[in-house]
Amino acid sequence: MTKATGDPMTEIALQPKDHAPAGRGEDVIRITGLSFHYGPFRAIKGVSLAVEEHKITALIGPSGCGKSTLLRTINRMNDLIPGTRVEGRVEYHGVDLYARDVDAVEVRRRIGMVFQKPNPFPKSIYDNVAFGPRVNGFKGNMDELVEASLQRAALWNDVKDKLKQSGLALSGGQQQRLCIARAIATNPDVILMDEPCSALDPRSTLQIEELMFELKEQYTIVIVTHNMQQAARASDYTVFMNMADDRAGYVVEEGQTLSIFTNPTNKLTEDYVSGRFG
Amino acid sequence: MSTLGSSAATTSAAVRASLTGSRRDVPGTAFQVVLLGSLLFSLAVLAVLLADVLAKAVPVFAARGLDFLSGPLSSNAAKAGVGQGIIGTLLLGAIVSLLAFPFGIATAVYLEEYATDTLVTRFIAVNIRNLAGVPSVVYGLLGLSVFVALFNAVDGDASGRSILSGGLTLAVLVLPIVIITSIEALRAVPGAIREAGYGVGASRWEVTRSLVLPAATPGILTGTVLALSRALGETAPLVLAGAVLGSFSGMQLGSLFTGSYTALPVIVYDWSRKPQDAFRADAAAGIVVLLVITLIANGIAILLRNRFERSW
Repeated sequence: MTKATGDPMTEIALQPKDHAPAGRGEDVIRITGLSFHYGPFRAIKGVSLAVEEHKITALIGPSGCGKSTLLRTINRMNDLIPGTRVEGRVEYHGVDLYARDVDAVEVRRRIGMVFQKPNPFPKSIYDNVAFGPRVNGFKGNMDELVEASLQRAALWNDVKDKLKQSGLALSGGQQQRLCIARAIATNPDVILMDEPCSALDPRSTLQIEELMFELKEQYTIVIVTHNMQQAARASDYTVFMNMADDRAGYVVEEGQTLSIFTNPTNKLTEDYVSGRFG
Repeated sequence: MSTLGSSAATTSAAVRASLTGSRRDVPGTAFQVVLLGSLLFSLAVLAVLLADVLAKAVPVFAARGLDFLSGPLSSNAAKAGVGQGIIGTLLLGAIVSLLAFPFGIATAVYLEEYATDTLVTRFIAVNIRNLAGVPSVVYGLLGLSVFVALFNAVDGDASGRSILSGGLTLAVLVLPIVIITSIEALRAVPGAIREAGYGVGASRWEVTRSLVLPAATPGILTGTVLALSRALGETAPLVLAGAVLGSFSGMQLGSLFTGSYTALPVIVYDWSRKPQDAFRADAAAGIVVLLVITLIANGIAILLRNRFERSW
């Protein structure tokens, strides 16, 4: 992929990056033999998968199968929970994210996150978007960055006259788009979305899905979803996870979304995507 | 058709009867009465106290308002004033604010945001709660044996019974209250806000400073108001930590940290023990002054809190 030289924060990625070439693009994230433990409990085991750039990869599976845990290992959000342990490798452009000298804060700036419940800061709309760039030492024109981010999150027209108002005064769908604007304001490379639509009504859900289509031009997206229609509609690749007998999550099958939904090789996958369990 | 109509009317009547039924919710009503009664009882006690105090205090203020507020202590009830007590109480409040608030809030932030949840930190947190329940006179003994003795040793001329000893004693007394209320305020900040902060690449310091502390500020301020009110009303620890009972000259700014001191609640305590009715009236007037100071302190804190709540 083409990466701007110099400090990435000084350049707003307004110009779209090159489109992914035909065939499989570069793998931005490569996970090998990943197991994750909360204290004595192993939440996921033996997960290996690759995430292609400028694609939407959906993680689906029944409740408790470790989709969110897996997602959160990618930007080291799980570091914040005491007593957790990671085995295996999570590579980002070939760099092991759990290597001793890797700074988790820097990881999260490059791999942004949108959470299940919209969680704007109790600050103004403007400050919600500006917070990330500020803590990351952004020196450019903040007004432009805020406007560009809100525009890319399809929220600018709704809020351009009330940037000083609280982000919490917006509707649920608008709040989630504000969180997306906040995530892209730091100009990340990858955006992780943890069931971003589960708290939203169908109309807001569709808006977010449309937004994801536009965002994948510039970002690589990994999304956890409970909603199989959403995975089928919105994603390029689907990873189906399930819970083993020891309650540890594992990857049953992964592949192009179309083939997972129309021609799954595993019986479990077929049962799940056809709604027979889960 | 007519039978159908009449049966519909019958149904409607039956539904109406059941919906408007006068089933009396006796326990519910009784509960409500008990709740209201409790409220009225508390209010009544407060009103009687206030009325009693005001009835005694008003003649004192009417007779010599400014003289009473500015005058020094005296063995003559008709001349005694609370000037030294006001200065003492304000200074004690300042010392408590300067010491207990920063240390208490910092401790709470450390315990809640930084310390890992181990047996040791739990032990510390539990014992801070225990400290909040220790009787204030015990803190007075601590003030006497530590601060008074320390300042006496440092400056041999002075007795160590200075306002600094009293202020430090009160600061230590309210420190657990500040810590506990600040911890509660920090805990009330949703974890989702922290996650969101970390999610955009903020460090722990940035998350704490820019997101958690602003969100917790109203709650922390409420705790500091409670703590300050408690400190300003304490008598026993100050008596032990060297506040003067009776009269003395001084409390000039130059000798504040070495000389004798007193505070409003100490004066009120002292006067109310005296046999003369005139001193009882003076004590009531002193209570009114103390109440006004506490109310002003609370008012400032509430203003600050509202300001912080609106700041975004």
